[in-house]
Amino acid sequence: MRRSLIAITAFALATGTVALAGGHGGNPSVKARNAHMGLYSFNLGLLGDMAKGTTEYNAEIASAAANQLAALAAFDQSSYWVEGTAQGEVDGSRAKAEIWTDAAGWAEKQDLMKTGSASLAAVAGNGLEALQAGMGAAGEGCGACHKAYRGPRN
Amino acid sequence: MWGKLFRWSVFLGLLGGGAFWALTIPKTITEESLAGLSSSTDAGEIVFHASGCASCHAAPEASGEAKLILSGGQAFTSPFGTFIAPNISQDPTHGIGGWTVGDLASAVIKGTSPEGQHYFPAFPYASYSRMTVQDVADLHAYLETLPADATPSQPHDIGFPFNIRRSLGVWKALFVSEDWVMEAASPDLERGRYLVEALGHCAECHTPRNALGGLDTANWMAGAPDPSGKGRIPAITPAVLGWNAADIAEYLKSGFTPEFDTAGGHMVAVIENTARLSDEDRAAIAAYLLALP
Repeated sequence: MRRSLIAITAFALATGTVALAGGHGGNPSVKARNAHMGLYSFNLGLLGDMAKGTTEYNAEIASAAANQLAALAAFDQSSYWVEGTAQGEVDGSRAKAEIWTDAAGWAEKQDLMKTGSASLAAVAGNGLEALQAGMGAAGEGCGACHKAYRGPRN
Repeated sequence: MWGKLFRWSVFLGLLGGGAFWALTIPKTITEESLAGLSSSTDAGEIVFHASGCASCHAAPEASGEAKLILSGGQAFTSPFGTFIAPNISQDPTHGIGGWTVGDLASAVIKGTSPEGQHYFPAFPYASYSRMTVQDVADLHAYLETLPADATPSQPHDIGFPFNIRRSLGVWKALFVSEDWVMEAASPDLERGRYLVEALGHCAECHTPRNALGGLDTANWMAGAPDPSGKGRIPAITPAVLGWNAADIAEYLKSGFTPEFDTAGGHMVAVIENTARLSDEDRAAIAAYLLALP
């Protein structure tokens, strides 16, 4: 009885460890990055749908979403952009190695996202036209980084 | 007996060599086909953006207005070696400042330089072969409005036997055609086809290639391995893409996908170009893509 309990516990521990080490969930840094990107795209979706006219413009929601974008861009993300997690090094990653070999360029692109989203946050609550005009700067921030530092689909 | 065999083999060798030589003569656009063409810089600007000239020929990392300085220098890796985009600015020595409309038409449509040499197909003349000479004349007029830059072009880094330019005549005979790949049943689809198959040269990345580097038209726009060796360039056939016409047009304008992800890699440069097209042209591209099998 006791022996089988130990065996079951050992089995559970072993499989649990395997699962944590990356089987189902993937690399934790990559997961954190994707979660961050998911929040960007959720908020951009709220704003973009209003800008395109798919949903009705709402100053309060637009302002909240744009403020959250700006806050996300200002996050210190260094804890999950860790070296050794480039595309090809860990499963699911599309991060180019240049993120770590060209730290200055990477920081410059992150600054573009910060300034672009901050300028959008400043105008998003001022009406539909202001929102539409401000979307471009935030989009450029996304695109600048994805152009230089995101690899093709796996 | 042996002497006779030797003479025959020399004769057949010369015949084969002659046939190779004749087959691989670089073709040009005749001056007669350009007679009477007038040109417009405004129309040329649209051709310039739709064809993505600056995306490859601007200096590496250039952005904004600097993208109109076509000094070259960007590197393109491929299984055949690394190609470096040349200077096509208006500098008469290092660029193409002295070129006639005929020179440009032969280069773009036939892949032949003014010196009568084959260009490597990293220059997408396998798509531009379908361009009209009128569009080349307009493009020539627009290019003349852009700045000159004296940066010398860098040599390509191509290994033997791919560096034998003459053999590209065979490649062209096999893989370059002026014929369309898809049928187009309406004027809108025809415009979309012209933008996608000719100017936009979308297939150069989105269609897989055979062992010799020719486009596999049976798998048109079905996605392909990324030339960098990592990841894949996605399929843009309607079943795989799953986007509607408005989704495609919006992506080509703002770079946002329906899920509000954004374009990445070289596609960012493509969107910088398609963002400058008219809404009608973006809708025509969407119509063409949605009509793909």
